[in-house]
Amino acid sequence: MEFTSIDELQSALRERNYIAERGLGTSLYLALKLGRPLFLEGEAGVGKTEVAKILADLLDTDLIRLQCYEGLDVHHAVYEWNYTRQMMHIRLFEARGDKVSEAELFGPEFLLRRPLLQAIEESRQKPAVLLIDEIDRSDEEFEAFLLEVLSDFQITIPEIGTIKTSNPPVVVITSNRTREVHDALKRRCLYYWIDYPSFEKELEIVQARLPQAPAKLARQITGFIQALREMDLYKLPGVAETLDWTTALVALDQTALDPVIVDETLGAVLKYQDDVEKVKGEQARLILERVKAGVD
Amino acid sequence: MNGQFLHNLLLFGRVLRRLGLDINPGRMMDLVSALDHIEIGRKSDFFHAARTLLVHEREDLPLFDEAFELFWRKPAESWDLREWQGLIRRRKPKGPAVTHPPLKEPAPETDEPASASSQELSVMEVTRTYSDRELLRHKNFAEMDAEESEAVKQMMSRLLWKVSERRTRRKRPGKGHLIDMRRTLRRSLRSEGEVFRWAYREPKLKPRPLIVIADISGSMERYTRLLLHFIYGMKAALSQPVEAFVFSTRLTRITRPLQIRDLDLALKNVGQIVNDWAGGTRIGESLKAFNFEWGRRVLGRGAVVLIISDGWDRGNVELLKREMARLKRNCHRLIWLNPLLGAPDYEPLTRGIQAALPHIDNFLPVHNLASLEDLANRLANLNASSRPVLARTGQGRLESVQQGLSMKSFDTPPFGGRRTTSSGRLE
Repeated sequence: MEFTSIDELQSALRERNYIAERGLGTSLYLALKLGRPLFLEGEAGVGKTEVAKILADLLDTDLIRLQCYEGLDVHHAVYEWNYTRQMMHIRLFEARGDKVSEAELFGPEFLLRRPLLQAIEESRQKPAVLLIDEIDRSDEEFEAFLLEVLSDFQITIPEIGTIKTSNPPVVVITSNRTREVHDALKRRCLYYWIDYPSFEKELEIVQARLPQAPAKLARQITGFIQALREMDLYKLPGVAETLDWTTALVALDQTALDPVIVDETLGAVLKYQDDVEKVKGEQARLILERVKAGVD
Repeated sequence: MNGQFLHNLLLFGRVLRRLGLDINPGRMMDLVSALDHIEIGRKSDFFHAARTLLVHEREDLPLFDEAFELFWRKPAESWDLREWQGLIRRRKPKGPAVTHPPLKEPAPETDEPASASSQELSVMEVTRTYSDRELLRHKNFAEMDAEESEAVKQMMSRLLWKVSERRTRRKRPGKGHLIDMRRTLRRSLRSEGEVFRWAYREPKLKPRPLIVIADISGSMERYTRLLLHFIYGMKAALSQPVEAFVFSTRLTRITRPLQIRDLDLALKNVGQIVNDWAGGTRIGESLKAFNFEWGRRVLGRGAVVLIISDGWDRGNVELLKREMARLKRNCHRLIWLNPLLGAPDYEPLTRGIQAALPHIDNFLPVHNLASLEDLANRLANLNASSRPVLARTGQGRLESVQQGLSMKSFDTPPFGGRRTTSSGRLE
């Protein structure tokens, strides 16, 4: 799908139940037009990973995901040889009294393609969406490597040669900021900080994603979460928590919030014991009163 | 696109650069080509396009937003300079890319080992005799005159800093116990696919990140200058990330200004961004600010945290206790440096220290050069010394306090006499 304006992109996102701010729409649109990676930062649970998924759906192409972790290396990010098969192959030939040539043993059929290689394979008709998730969990070594790959979209495998693509993938990089990512990498990308949504936006998201939720409940939940984000908590609830909580309450056949059910299900929203203790009981009741007065 | 607009765009880029944003010509070119894809007439789209291309730090977003508003609202001729003043004051402290004035005194020789060769000793040090230097090593920072503190700064810059390594999850070829299939197979080809010798991989080691949180409140004032020198020297000497923060009533991150290679300029920049020098002390609140804002971002990878404070807290003790516990849970080693520990009659009885003690791994003095040498030793040998028994019980607490107090024995230097190194006695 080719987009000719930001409006068009945004309405396509909305059709897929993803409510994006104008700023995010602009960043996405330009990432596609300029062929630059998009670097998304934001607190956990604001829908960073979701962006890549929706994008793949929009472009009707594959989503290739690389989850980062410390020590992520070429063997897991780019390619690995299938040793078991290689050894079997050697044995098989040996049994027949033949010798195996090295070229044969390190041919494409013994190559295990990891995400980065998959993303730039020549055989691709359409550019894939490459999601490099939680880059902050990886280490400097991987960042440096990634910088290289992103600059010319080619990978060299000593035994085979250089693999290059004329259809470079759409790259989305996400970070939770548990570590500062190197400037050089960020400079190559379009940058967007995904903030917590406003009340109206969040309500829209809840209604789009969980249409089965009663309107009153959805409003109260959104109001409650918005109030929590004003509080002095260690881990503020993200949109993911709002959706989880709504799903939970719908499953419990709730049509409105009450103090008891809030206390019982607070674990779906707050993930630190300190935070739960702070909110549970009195504080939750107060917020609920305010929310009910405000949104009903 | 008309020429006037392009001219304004480039001017805007220059303004942003002056405000401390990382703008380069390449970025500006990108922005120009991005304008082909959006309607320039629609101001919000132009705004978002410029924002996503020109900014890549969340911290810079508010600065950009304001500058955009001011710049594009009216023509340059009718700018009100006063409006820009506020922005200029909030200008980002510049990173290491700054052009610095010629060095007045040799900056800390980061590559040099502590035992710098004799030619490199400054005049001041040459004129000092051995016993003078020994005296200086043990003299309390707070009691030094200007000349002495200059000399100590010189000596400080020669301290050799090193923080123990940790195993990372990255592997490299070596003698570990993990089989390296790729190399094993490659090697076996020489013997027609027969594996005679396995190749192995081992975890790569990396030095631990260091975080320094220093108290610059009124009660610490006598130490502040020298301690900043010490932090600067440590940051310059270590290759791994070193994050530095100062606080009295609120927390300020000083990592960026400290990156400048010229020490005087670095300290001057620190002076500019901190605006609560010698204020009251709110350790709990400041640690909370650290835990909230920075904890998750800088405490990963087995970090070592140094808190430098005398523990005179005027804030909420319950809060301090809670935030210390949280900090402790999130770092590899929590070390509290207290300049008062150097005083012979000091007992850690203040409420602040009492609240913090149960969560501290090491409680050490930091009042003279010898104590810094001792610290350097400890940081380099974190793995060797097992984690100290700690203060979970009343008795444990007493132990750790005594451990701290026992160090005072080093503070009365035998006059020019020989002494064992402090580290030898402390371990």
